[in-house]
Amino acid sequence: MMTEAGKPLAIALENCAKTFPDGTRALEPLDFAIEAGETVVFLGPSGCGKTTTLRIIAGLEEPDAGGRVLFDGEDVTHLPIEQRNVGMVFQSYALFPNMTVAGNIGYGLRIRRTPEAAIKARVAEMLGMMQIAKLADRRIDQLSGGQRQRVALARAIAVRPRALLLDEPLTALDAKLRDTLRLDIDALLRSLGITAIYVTHDQAEAMALGDRIVVMEHGRVAQIGKPREIYQRPATRFVAEFIGTMNRLTGMTDNGVFACRAGNLPWADAPANATEILFRPEDIRVAESHETAGLQGTVAAAFFLGDRTRLFVEVGEARPLVIESTARRDFGHGEAVRLAIDPRGLLVL
Amino acid sequence: MKHRGLFYLQLGFTLLVSAFLIVPVVLSIMAGLTVNYFVGIESGLTLRWVFEVWNGYRDTIFLSIGLSLACLAVTLILGVPTAYVLAKRQNALTRAIEELLVMPVAVPGLATALALIVTYGSLSGFRTSWAFILVGHVLFTLPFMVRSVLAVLSAIDLKTLEEGAASLGAGFWPRFRDIVLPNCRAGILAGSLMVVTLSMGEFNMTWLLHTPLTKTLPVGLADAYASLRLEVGSAYTLVFFLMIMPLLLALQAFANPRPAKFVAEETE
Repeated sequence: MMTEAGKPLAIALENCAKTFPDGTRALEPLDFAIEAGETVVFLGPSGCGKTTTLRIIAGLEEPDAGGRVLFDGEDVTHLPIEQRNVGMVFQSYALFPNMTVAGNIGYGLRIRRTPEAAIKARVAEMLGMMQIAKLADRRIDQLSGGQRQRVALARAIAVRPRALLLDEPLTALDAKLRDTLRLDIDALLRSLGITAIYVTHDQAEAMALGDRIVVMEHGRVAQIGKPREIYQRPATRFVAEFIGTMNRLTGMTDNGVFACRAGNLPWADAPANATEILFRPEDIRVAESHETAGLQGTVAAAFFLGDRTRLFVEVGEARPLVIESTARRDFGHGEAVRLAIDPRGLLVL
Repeated sequence: MKHRGLFYLQLGFTLLVSAFLIVPVVLSIMAGLTVNYFVGIESGLTLRWVFEVWNGYRDTIFLSIGLSLACLAVTLILGVPTAYVLAKRQNALTRAIEELLVMPVAVPGLATALALIVTYGSLSGFRTSWAFILVGHVLFTLPFMVRSVLAVLSAIDLKTLEEGAASLGAGFWPRFRDIVLPNCRAGILAGSLMVVTLSMGEFNMTWLLHTPLTKTLPVGLADAYASLRLEVGSAYTLVFFLMIMPLLLALQAFANPRPAKFVAEETE
């Protein structure tokens, strides 16, 4: 196994905001600390400020006056990226077309005037680690998208950066390849123990890779937390709806019962004046015939996915409920079903 | 059958147009190699006129070569950084500069030359040197260099490439040397050939800017046509043709962009 010199970097953002020359506020003042060795994922729709945050950490943008970026406590706010020693991976790969794969991977070391023999050894090590040894002498335009991103990762890591910054690295790839490469990136980050900052709009990527996720909206942080917290205890409506699928019922609470158009839902710990409840598709199921269940609806659509069936059930709300059913049976269009909800999965926001 | 008829019609038309363009070239070349043009090819072939041109106008040829190379050097030094800045900073000012750069191409060469003479004609040392012509040529050819480099730089994602290099520790100069210049090589080559070719053949402006001691090849050619035997003028054309043809062919070769390739994902 490879050995990486240096201990991981702790990064802190203090009061970092970004206003572009045309007056657009890309990022509201942000205070955030990234622990050494941690993988933090910035997640949100396009224009939410996640890429701007990454670029401020990288040194590609400076925060507005008053903002500070600290690397292990040292102020690097005005240090350009080439002096920060951070590895960066771009959505568009940014590989140099005028160099071979090996030339790309060795470039950072060449800039650091590393002896030629050491460059060769390190490049070979990187090629092996990313399983692209046979591509060493290829030109960049002879590579597929997946191969390009492996080269880009190898190139970023080759210089033993203090932190690895990844800007939507998988977005340009097709779904199957995304899954493979995501697993590889996860293994890579764990084995390197490097501080990593990963920007994406894909919640599945964020959940899989992040030690912590920062969900962003309109230049503001909507929630910071571990993937499980973000998913199970979303802080805002936006987070709840952006991460995964969320069902919604509107109604009134009275004496431990939530009453809605679909029926009455017993809920002992119901907050006094909840008029809307949210829950995940896995917390609702189609009740068996012998069970008592207060809610009912009609199947609007059913998609058999192999391991489960995704049901859309009409209950008189604005949107049908989404249910992941593992029942071993067919559901017909228009079929009346009774529904049971696990109260532990209920949220009021 | 109908398609076949159309094909021959098109072929005939194409050959006719080609002949219309090529026959004068062939005739002109032949005139330069014929002993007596008015007698015709029966009078025999000779290299006499070519040697006469070589002896009488050798200096104009060397001046033209020197001038076009100097023009190339200046347009490279001015044009490549200009294109780089124009590609990196897209705003109202750079767009205005881009437009202004093309002005000397749009304005008649005579007008540009006249303006240069009116403004700098009194600097006699400058006026009588070949550097005076060089200024005109640079004005005229610079947009071609800037445009062809700019076209290549706009086609690649220059910003991200530079950011990638910077993230690996490369400061401005290493970036410019290792990333920017190699990746706009095709544009620089195409621009260079264009500049040399245009400078070599420029007549409009040069005709006004030259002095009897700073005659370029095209100006000499006009001279020869005006005052000497037609055979000499034609032989001169032949010499000019031999110099410019390789440049044009090279220009063609570099102007063809490399086709983009699709590389399929490998199954794992």
